Amino acid sequence: MNEQDKASSTTPAPEPGAHRWPLWEVFVRSNRGLSHVHAGSLHAPDASMALRNARDLYTRRNEGVSIWVVPADAIAASDPDAKGAFFESPQGKDYRHATYYTKSEGVKHL
Amino acid sequence: MAQNVQSGGVSTHEQSELDAAGAENFDAIIARDSRIEPRDWMPEAYRRSLVRQISQHAHSEIIGMQPEANWITRAPSLKRKSILMAKVQDEAGHGLYLYSAAETLGTSRDEMMDALVAGKARYSSIFNYPTPTWADMGAIGWMVDGAAICNQVPLCRASYGPYGRAMVRVCKEESFHQRQGFEILLELANGTPEQKEMAQDAVNRWYAPSLMMFGPPDDDSPNSKQSMAWNIKRFSNDELRSRFVGMMVEQVKVLGLTLPDTQIRFNEATKKWDHAPLDWEEFKEVLAGRGPCNAQRLERRRSAHEEGAWVREAATAYAEKQAAKNAQKVAA
Ligand SMILES: [Fe+2]
Ligand SMILES: [Fe+2]
Ligand SMILES: [Fe+2]
Repeated sequence: MNEQDKASSTTPAPEPGAHRWPLWEVFVRSNRGLSHVHAGSLHAPDASMALRNARDLYTRRNEGVSIWVVPADAIAASDPDAKGAFFESPQGKDYRHATYYTKSEGVKHL
Repeated sequence: MAQNVQSGGVSTHEQSELDAAGAENFDAIIARDSRIEPRDWMPEAYRRSLVRQISQHAHSEIIGMQPEANWITRAPSLKRKSILMAKVQDEAGHGLYLYSAAETLGTSRDEMMDALVAGKARYSSIFNYPTPTWADMGAIGWMVDGAAICNQVPLCRASYGPYGRAMVRVCKEESFHQRQGFEILLELANGTPEQKEMAQDAVNRWYAPSLMMFGPPDDDSPNSKQSMAWNIKRFSNDELRSRFVGMMVEQVKVLGLTLPDTQIRFNEATKKWDHAPLDWEEFKEVLAGRGPCNAQRLERRRSAHEEGAWVREAATAYAEKQAAKNAQKVAA
């Protein structure tokens, strides 16, 4: 996370030593052929316990065929407030979408 | 996702400019009924109000396991035992989804747990009532989970993203809870006269407390207005309560039982369901810790937490040992 990112967030840091176990983000693949989707988070002492807990917590009803757990600390995120600047490039570039090209309307299989 | 970042290294002037920009963005997001996410700027009062609501909700799910867990060993059949265990396990899950959501606001799980165990946190007053008979498992599922569903479905659209997402998960699971409760009552109501009487008695006892789950009347609910302005809450307490009464009054007919309220009627003028006045003094007493089972519930939570300490310590020790072993392997 960069400095600007830190400065603009208002989320207070947890007190030191507050979490006895690290936080893990859980991603579940609901079916073969689909990607893993973020399901939530949990605390666990290590990766294998995190996986077991994730299974019990997020797949009690066959919601998944595969689980990823990722230490929350290991995730780098874009700055939510820098939305405008960071995601600016697609703006005004409609020609990246098929709908931009209208002259071919009515032409079959195009 | 719960990434907690600290604000640091900025001057007061810069900070106030950032706050002004943040507030403007926050207001715009709320105005277009979009969602606030964990690392967005948000007013301190919004954050505090969410932490209070979500953690109280989490505590309710956790304490709410007790009145039902009480009956697992005595459920009348293996099928009913399995169902009840699955339900209680779901409630534990609901608590954990909600603690996770609250943590994204910067309050640690341990802080919330400690507050609960220390008796400093609130949870729904409903779980401080006793469950003396098997029919109570039916009445809880049908009425208590039913009221919870009524309350929670609109919360799936709460403006705080992680809360809404947790509620979607919870709501998916709740409908089984209500149906299994309804079925228990239906079987009892069609059983022997004694069984039917037991079912009726449970409905009589849980009716008023479940109506009170929606919280105090609108004119005595100080936080509601702000919460609705922030799109956390979508309907007022009385509105939701009235809807719930309307559903119960129909469903109880299928059970062949009655609700202990002779004043229920559809009010054509207000288009709402009226019901008999509730004893709000009792509600306040129970919330203040003086209900029939408050002490017992807290004591149970406290002892479960303390008796589980060795498991947590062992897991930590094992994780450290494994990490050290792996580090050695890498070095070698
Ligand atoms: Fe629940
Ligand atoms: Fe609930
Ligand atoms: Fe439930």
